[in-house]
Amino acid sequence: MVKYDKLVKNAAGRLVPTIVNGIEQIPYLGVGKFKPTGRKSAPPIASCADYPDDGNKTVPTLKDALVKAGLKDGMTISTHHHFRNGDLIANQIFDIAHELGIKNLRWFPSASFPCHEYLIKYLEDGTINRIEGSMNGPLGKFTSQGKMKGLGVLRSHGGRYQAVQDGEVHIDIAVIAAPTSDPFGNANGVNGPAACGLLGFALADSQYADKVIIITDNLVPFPCIPWQIHGNYVDYVVKVDQVGLPEKIISGTTQITKSPDRLLIAELTAKFCDEAGIIRNGFSYQAGAGGTALSIGIYFSEILKERGWKARFIRAGSNQYPVKMLEEGLVEYILDGQTFDLEGVRSMRENPGHVNTSPFTSYNYHGKGNFATQVDVVILGATEVDVNFNANVVTHSDGLLLHGIGGWQNCLFSKCTILPVPLFRDRMPVIRDEVTTLCGPGELIDVIITERGIAINPLRKDLIEKLKGSNLPIKTIQKLKEEAERICGVPEKPQFTDEVVAVIKWVDGTIIDSVWRVKEEGR
Amino acid sequence: MKDSKNQTAVAGNKGDRVRSDCHAELEITGSSGLQISIDSKVKVMYGNAIHKQIVEILDFFGISHAVLHLTDSGALPFVIAARVEAVIKKLVETEKEFLPELIPENKYQTNKDRFRFSRLYLPGNTPNLMINAGIHKPDGIILDLEDAVAPDKKFEAGFVVRNALRQIDFYGAERMVRINQVPRGLYDLDIIVPSNVNLILIPKCEGKDHVIKVNERIEKIKKEKGINGDIWLMPIIESALGVMRAFEIATAADNITSIAIGLEDYTADLGTRRTQEGTESFFARSMVVNAARAAGIQPIDSVFSDISDMEALKQNVLASKALGFDGMGCIHPRQIRVIHENFAPDDAEIEKAKKIVSAFIEATEKGLGVVSLGSKMIDAPVVKRAEKTVNLAISLGKLSKEWRTEMMKEVPREKIKVKSKK
Repeated sequence: MVKYDKLVKNAAGRLVPTIVNGIEQIPYLGVGKFKPTGRKSAPPIASCADYPDDGNKTVPTLKDALVKAGLKDGMTISTHHHFRNGDLIANQIFDIAHELGIKNLRWFPSASFPCHEYLIKYLEDGTINRIEGSMNGPLGKFTSQGKMKGLGVLRSHGGRYQAVQDGEVHIDIAVIAAPTSDPFGNANGVNGPAACGLLGFALADSQYADKVIIITDNLVPFPCIPWQIHGNYVDYVVKVDQVGLPEKIISGTTQITKSPDRLLIAELTAKFCDEAGIIRNGFSYQAGAGGTALSIGIYFSEILKERGWKARFIRAGSNQYPVKMLEEGLVEYILDGQTFDLEGVRSMRENPGHVNTSPFTSYNYHGKGNFATQVDVVILGATEVDVNFNANVVTHSDGLLLHGIGGWQNCLFSKCTILPVPLFRDRMPVIRDEVTTLCGPGELIDVIITERGIAINPLRKDLIEKLKGSNLPIKTIQKLKEEAERICGVPEKPQFTDEVVAVIKWVDGTIIDSVWRVKEEGR
Repeated sequence: MKDSKNQTAVAGNKGDRVRSDCHAELEITGSSGLQISIDSKVKVMYGNAIHKQIVEILDFFGISHAVLHLTDSGALPFVIAARVEAVIKKLVETEKEFLPELIPENKYQTNKDRFRFSRLYLPGNTPNLMINAGIHKPDGIILDLEDAVAPDKKFEAGFVVRNALRQIDFYGAERMVRINQVPRGLYDLDIIVPSNVNLILIPKCEGKDHVIKVNERIEKIKKEKGINGDIWLMPIIESALGVMRAFEIATAADNITSIAIGLEDYTADLGTRRTQEGTESFFARSMVVNAARAAGIQPIDSVFSDISDMEALKQNVLASKALGFDGMGCIHPRQIRVIHENFAPDDAEIEKAKKIVSAFIEATEKGLGVVSLGSKMIDAPVVKRAEKTVNLAISLGKLSKEWRTEMMKEVPREKIKVKSKK
C-alpha cells in the first residue's frame, strides 16, 4: 500500500498528496466547490433471523465480541471520545488485537486524548498501522517525527460523518462504549454510573459499520430508554465492570478563565458582538469549552438578562454555564453535541430543552443542509492565524502536530466566526504571514480578537461598517502582526523534511493541507 | 566571588510553571572561546535570535571565554538581556550597562496631579506578569523591587525592572518603581532613573530625611546622565513613627505627589492584626489623609489582599473613599475596574461638579472674578476639584464630552445663576 503519492498544489496553494494510504484523493477545490456524485455507502443487509429472538446479544468479553466480529489484519476499528480523557476501551481493544497477533489495523477514533499515549507501542510494533482521527499531544508528536507506518488523516467531526457516509472510510468494527445499554444493544449516555451525556459521535459508526459492539457497565432490561443508539444496528453487547471514567470528561478547560488577559479578550469579544448587533432577542451562538469561550458565554448571559432577552438556542459543548442559562430561561434550547461536565449530563437527562445532536444533524457537509450555517456567531480558538485570516488548529508554530480538528472546521460556516486569541503566547506570535498548517480558509473567518486589538476580515464590509466610530480597538490584521513582532521579534519558520506525515481533510472530504515531518534539532 | 576564575553564577527562573522567563548559568573560563547552549520552548522560531543576542551581550562586556547555558521558557528579548547581564555582573565588576532601546512609547511624562486611583503592583523579578499589565489600564504600574522580591533575587530583579521600563509599553499608565528601603533603595535609583521612570515609591518612610536623600540621589543621577523631566515621589508610611511624621513627610519636597499607607507593616508595628473592618488602622489612615490634604497632595490607601472577593473590595474602596483617600493599590488586574468604578464620582457628585464648572465658565465668559452657585460663593479649589471630577467622569465614560451643550439645552437658565460677589 502506498503511504502517499502524486503531490499537487490544491486551490489554497498547498502541496497535498492525491493518493493517501493507497486510496485516491481529491485536492481541495475551494469552499463549496466540490460536488459529490454517486450514492451513499451502506453496510451489508442483515436478517433478524440471524439474531436471537430473545433479543439477548450479550457475549462474555470484549475479546469474544471482537473475535466473533471477525477481527483480522488490516481492518478499520472505530471508537469514540464521549469519555474524553476517561476512555478505557480503545487501549483494551488494541491489547486484545496485539494478543491475537493481528497487524496493520486502522484506528478510526472520533478523537484521541492523552490517555491514548499508551497506544504508541502498538503503532511501533505494527498492530496499528495508522490513526485516522485526531492526534493529540504525544500521538501528534509521534506522527510529526515520521514514526507512524501509515499516513495520518485528520478530519473534523462533520468530516468524519461525511467520510463514513460517503464510503471514504469503511468501518469494519465499531466499538461503542455506552454508559447504559440493554441486551439488544439499545444504548444511551445519560444514565448509569458512567453517564457521559450523549453518544452522537458513534451515530455514523452504528449506521454504517459492518459489525457494531456495544460495551457497557450498566446493563438494563429491554428497553433502554432513551435509545440514542438503536439496537437494530448492534451485533454484540458486552458487560464490563467499568466502561469509562466520567469524572475525566471534565477537562481543565471547562472552567471560566481566571486569567485577567483572557477575561479582557472575552469582554472585548462580547462588546464586539453587541456593537455589531449580533446579540439580540432570539439570537444563537456556539461557544466552546475553552476558558475564554466560557467567559464570553457569561458576558452574553449578562447582556441577555439585563435587557430581558432570550437566546433561541446555544449550540454546545455544554457544561454548567449554558445549563444555568437554560434553567434561568435565558435560552430556549441547548443543541448539544458533547457534554463537558456532569451538570451537562444531568441537564440532558432531565430537561427536554437540552437536546442531544450528532455530527449528522449539526456538521455533515454532505447532507441536505446542516444547522451550523444558522448559528449567528461562533467563538473558536486557533494556534495560528495568518494575515489572510487563514487559521490553524492542529500544529504549533514549531511544526509539531498536537491537536485534532474537532468541530472547528464545521463551525466556520456560521454567520459570524470569531477567533479570540492572545496576540502572542509567551514569545510565540499567533498572527503569522502564513499559517504552518491550513485548517480553515480565511474567507470563512470573520474577526480576530486579541487583547491588543480587533481585526475584521476585509471581506466583511458589513461588520466594518457597523463598527465604524466604535471605541473598540479596531486595527488591521497586518498592524496586529507587526505589534506582536515588535514585542517578540520576527519568528523563523519551522524546518520540515519533504516527507508528508498526515493530511488535513476539508469538510467535504478534499485535502486542504499536508502535515510535514519536522527536522530533528540542528543546534 | 567577583573577579575569580572559573566561578559560576546563575540568574533568572526555570521550571514547569515558569513562563515568559529564562534562567542563565554562566561560567567564565580562561580559554576555549564561547560555548553557548540553549534549551528553549521557542527554539525553532527564535533559537538563532537568542544565540545572536547572547553573543552580542557577552561581547559587549568583553567576555570571550565562557560557558553559558540558557533555559528559556519563552522569555521576551528584554528578559533574556536582563538575565544574561545579571549573571555576568555576578562574576564581573563593570560600570557598563547593556541598555535595550527605550521605546518611543515609553518616553512620556506624567503630571503631578493626575488621577492615581489604582496602581498595580508587579513583582520585580516576575517578567511574565509585566508584559500585559498595561492593557488592563491601571492608572499606574509599580515595578516592585522591595517586598515582592526575595532577598537573593534583588540583584537580578533590578535589570528586569530597568529593561521593562525601557521596553514594555504600559499604554499610558504612570510608570512607577518601588525601590528598597533607604539606604539600600538609593542604589536602586542608579539603575532605574535613567530609564524614564515617572514616580518612585519610597517604602517604610519614617521622616523627611529619607525623601531628601532620595531626591539628592535622583538629582545627582539626572545631572550625570543629562536627564530632564520630572520624577515624582510617593512615600509610603508603614510604621507608627511614619504615621506620627506624616505631615513632615508629605511636605518634605515639591515633587511629592501623594503619600500612601502600607497597612501590613503598620499593623505589625502596632503589634496588632489587620482586620476587614480596619478599626486598628483608622487613626493611621485618617492621619495620612489629613497630612496629605494639609500638604495639598493625594492620600493613597493600602492594597486589599483578597483577590477573589470583589464585593469585599468594593466595600473597602467605598470606605476608603469616604475616609478621604484618592486611590489605592492593587495586586491583581481584576481589582482595577472595581477600584476605578468605586473611586469614581457617583452621579450626584458629577451633577454638582457640572453645575460648578458651568457656573465658572459662564463667570469667566462674563469677565466676573468670583463665581457663585445659587447663594453660595465658590472658591477656586472647589472649581478645580469640580473640573477634575468632570474630566474624570468624561474619561470614565460616565459623562459625554458635550455635557455642557446638553446641559444648557435641558436646564433652565435661572437654575445656574451667576452673580458677582458684593
